[in-house]
Amino acid sequence: MDTSVENGLVTRSDRSLRVIASAKSPEAIKSRIKRSFRQIRTESVFKRTLVIMGLFMIILVLGILLTLIVQSLPSIKSLGLKYLWGRVWDPVQDIYGAWPFLLGTLLSSFLALLISIPFSIAVAIFLGEYYPKGWLPDLLKNTVELIAAVPSVIYGFWGLAVLVPIVRNLESHIGVEPVGVGIFSSSLILAVMIIPYAASLGRSMIQMVPSPLKEAAYGLGATRWEVIRSVVLPYTKSGLFAGILLSLGRALGETMAVTMVIGNTSIIPKSIFAPGNTMASVIANEFTEADKAVYLSALIELGLVLFLVTVVINMIGKRIIDRFTNE
Amino acid sequence: MEIGSVKYRIGKSYGFQILTIVLAFACVIPLIAILVFIIKAGITKINWHFLVNIPKPVGETGGGIANALLGSIIIIAVASIIAIPIGILTGIYLSENRKSRLAYWCRLCVDILQGVPSIVIGIVAYFWLVKPLGGFSALSGSAALAIMMLPIVIRSTEETLKLLPDSLKEAAFALGMPFHRVIFKVIVPVGIGGILSGVMLSIARITGETAPLLFTAFGNPYLSTNLTKPMQSLPLLIFNYATSPYNDWHDLAWGASLILLLWVLFLNIFTKLITRKWKVQL
Repeated sequence: MDTSVENGLVTRSDRSLRVIASAKSPEAIKSRIKRSFRQIRTESVFKRTLVIMGLFMIILVLGILLTLIVQSLPSIKSLGLKYLWGRVWDPVQDIYGAWPFLLGTLLSSFLALLISIPFSIAVAIFLGEYYPKGWLPDLLKNTVELIAAVPSVIYGFWGLAVLVPIVRNLESHIGVEPVGVGIFSSSLILAVMIIPYAASLGRSMIQMVPSPLKEAAYGLGATRWEVIRSVVLPYTKSGLFAGILLSLGRALGETMAVTMVIGNTSIIPKSIFAPGNTMASVIANEFTEADKAVYLSALIELGLVLFLVTVVINMIGKRIIDRFTNE
Repeated sequence: MEIGSVKYRIGKSYGFQILTIVLAFACVIPLIAILVFIIKAGITKINWHFLVNIPKPVGETGGGIANALLGSIIIIAVASIIAIPIGILTGIYLSENRKSRLAYWCRLCVDILQGVPSIVIGIVAYFWLVKPLGGFSALSGSAALAIMMLPIVIRSTEETLKLLPDSLKEAAFALGMPFHRVIFKVIVPVGIGGILSGVMLSIARITGETAPLLFTAFGNPYLSTNLTKPMQSLPLLIFNYATSPYNDWHDLAWGASLILLLWVLFLNIFTKLITRKWKVQL
């Protein structure tokens, strides 16, 4: 290869140093220089594009927040803060109170969380501590992750066709009004849907427990369960909590499956077996029917509350995870 | 006495181990139940006729889901065209600028976006695209789904590129390559496995999304390819027909559910396999 330096040329631009060597003629050198400048220009254009993309994401999220706030202003102005604990929702009479939906959301999400916690923690301990390697745990891990992949509308349809009749049967046995659809059914569906989130995070947290800690406990004569209870779980409790928070965020915002099995009534639920509505399901049901400006904007205010709550929950969860993984 | 207590502790340990195993495997039961039930209910409905016809009006048996299949494909394709370039470029930006203040805020926004409930995205897309354009349209549905795709594509691109050794980039820079060529000829090709799996995961996720489409693509009982008009999609069809009182429509919804479920599971499993082959961490 010909790498003579005498007709080589050195150009310098911002931080990059380029050597153009082994050109045959002055024209060739000129065209090389031209190409080099063109590339430097493209380079700065590219760098600018990247920054614009970064800015775009920030603008997008701020835009979502602003749109929600601006569109819910009419209802904030005319209904005020008492909207959130108004107990009656009757758009025909122009009475708007969000308490039935807040209650429905909280009840169904926390019930779902309660049901799913033992299962997701069991998966986390099983995969993180008992059997971290092997084909069976691998299969379990992938299958649990597939639970999150099934579309929520399919959960809803399955719930409607299979779970609701079972719940109705159960309800007639324990002596409550056998409707089938209701908060209990939607909690069951939600519980299945949110297992993977807490489970996969919990697994990776449990795998990060330093083995000297565990070995010390074994060395003192602890049994396997005692090691898990007094070393592994205390060490990972903040991580497990973060996983549960993320599941909660999912459960609060879940729309389709809940809409299909919760029964959709705007009356305050009397028990966990009663039909109700969540914030997300009432938006899904009534958004396209809202004919009055205040009605529409009241629904959007629900969306705003939902947005803010899930953002706060996710941020706290992420914070805890970051602190845990940096330690 | 001593030995009895030791035996008790060992027994308790085994007891909890068995309890954990039972609970862990119990999680799989609902998934298997759903799979078995939907395959049973859907397999008899699917035939050639089902795939190439549009739904018949209430009262007539037969009919298919061709409009929903086509609509889903169009809406997802447009969403991908919007989201993939933006997502990959933003991911590159985040992995190249790890410490800058803008990158910190950008990362925060991606985190926020990932947690936003899909119904909220639907509301926002309604006000950004449906109202100004004067009606429900497939395009607005695609935009809403594109917003849902972004965080997954960005995260996977960023995480994949972060793992690449700096020496790769330094070697390319030392040869005098300009920045954009280093990115497109060296960094992206090396990390393509991870980026692609992120893209496929995001497509798998939006395929089943219904909530953002309720107020945007809206649904349409006829075959339509017009992006500015309402369009049917698989999840919308399932939601509308599953909550209807007609048995013929339930049958259509079962068949559609099976197709949707198989498609989503296929994408997920396929992604898992290529992630393993390319040895990328997500």
